[in-house]
Amino acid sequence: MSQEWQIVWFTAWVSALSTILILPAGLAAAWLLARHDWPGKSLVETLVTLPLVMPPVATGLILLKVLGRRGVLGGFFHDCCNLDIAFTWRAVLAAQAVMSFPLLVRSARTAFAEVNPRFEQIARTLGAGEWRVFFTITVPLAWRGIIGGMILAFARALGEFGATIMVAGNIPGQTTTLSLAIYESVGLGRDSTAFRLLGISVAMAFAAVWTGEWLMRKRRR
Amino acid sequence: MITLRNISLPLSDFVLEVDVELSSQVTAIFGPSGAGKTSLLDLIAGLRHPRSAFIQLEERVLTDTARGVALPPRLREIGYVPQDLALFPHLPVGKNLLYGCKPAAARGSLFSYEHVAAVLEIGPLVRRSVTDLSGGEKQRVALARALLASPKLLLLDEPLASLDATLKAKIMGCLARVRDEFRVPMLYVSHDRREIQALCDEVVELERGRVQPRSHQQA
Repeated sequence: MSQEWQIVWFTAWVSALSTILILPAGLAAAWLLARHDWPGKSLVETLVTLPLVMPPVATGLILLKVLGRRGVLGGFFHDCCNLDIAFTWRAVLAAQAVMSFPLLVRSARTAFAEVNPRFEQIARTLGAGEWRVFFTITVPLAWRGIIGGMILAFARALGEFGATIMVAGNIPGQTTTLSLAIYESVGLGRDSTAFRLLGISVAMAFAAVWTGEWLMRKRRR
Repeated sequence: MITLRNISLPLSDFVLEVDVELSSQVTAIFGPSGAGKTSLLDLIAGLRHPRSAFIQLEERVLTDTARGVALPPRLREIGYVPQDLALFPHLPVGKNLLYGCKPAAARGSLFSYEHVAAVLEIGPLVRRSVTDLSGGEKQRVALARALLASPKLLLLDEPLASLDATLKAKIMGCLARVRDEFRVPMLYVSHDRREIQALCDEVVELERGRVQPRSHQQA
């Protein structure tokens, strides 16, 4: 496989994996924010939204401090499992997950809020417990918004740059994503490579959004 | 026997305060819009949390705020048909019907699928989408779904409100059959005296959250 295709493949699967990994926590956060009031809710809302408005490089610096060998999490994994996170593909995964998490939560939260609570209440009177209500009523009725949020999160992960370069660097064959490769190619004056990678980026983002729209249209019918 | 004692639930304009014992098979909760009728049903179903309440159905205490008892809705064995019916739009009629169906409701039992389907004539609707049903069909499906959960009490919130005269007559017939065949106690919310006279044995009249002195009488 050429180096370019290796970069494309790496970016695609890490983005997909980060979207899948944030799904349980994202749905739980979205549901709690949409359906319940609790002390500290506005603080959690702010924290969830923070990566959207902060400079990605600043988020990356925070991740580096947390996931580096001397960081809280990085140190723990290094000492207990001899596992490094910073400057490995795991750091790319972490950066993409953190940066795309708010988009999933915001979209799913709106979708959950739009589900008529009466359906959930009546399901409970029919003997359903909370998990059954969630998976048989709430999620299917909020499905479009959840899919939309997943696609936004995936597309955001595909294009992630600032946080990734801080916490994962740009190590050829290990942490180089499409965005980093485009940046590097432009810097080195390899315009044809940069434009080829640009074309692939556009095609991938287009395919992700189009697939999402197609899925939602199919469900609407 | 349904005991509603010391009920107190603050609503936006007034406090719902109820203290009655209901022993008839079909009791009407009568009153103008906004009198607190739906809130009372929600409270009995466990969907709202009162400031204080003691709710007992036969021998089972469902809510007793003084002792911290509040059975969750799923354990109350109460069938609820809300005014908007709340048929699950993403499930076909058959799956709506079976959502609360108890495995113990075996063939031949009172709440078996065969019996409920026969009484409410819903057999031909099973494969259809909920969104394709007419108003009367939706009403019968919602009623059947509640019955298939083998309820000990049925709460019906204005079941005829959105129907035209012809459909009203048909659903009234269905409700009368349900009353006679299943013998489940029912609380029937309505603001139509003719419906109440046709179906109910007892009337509790609510106005701004209070039971009116002239009410709690035979219909």
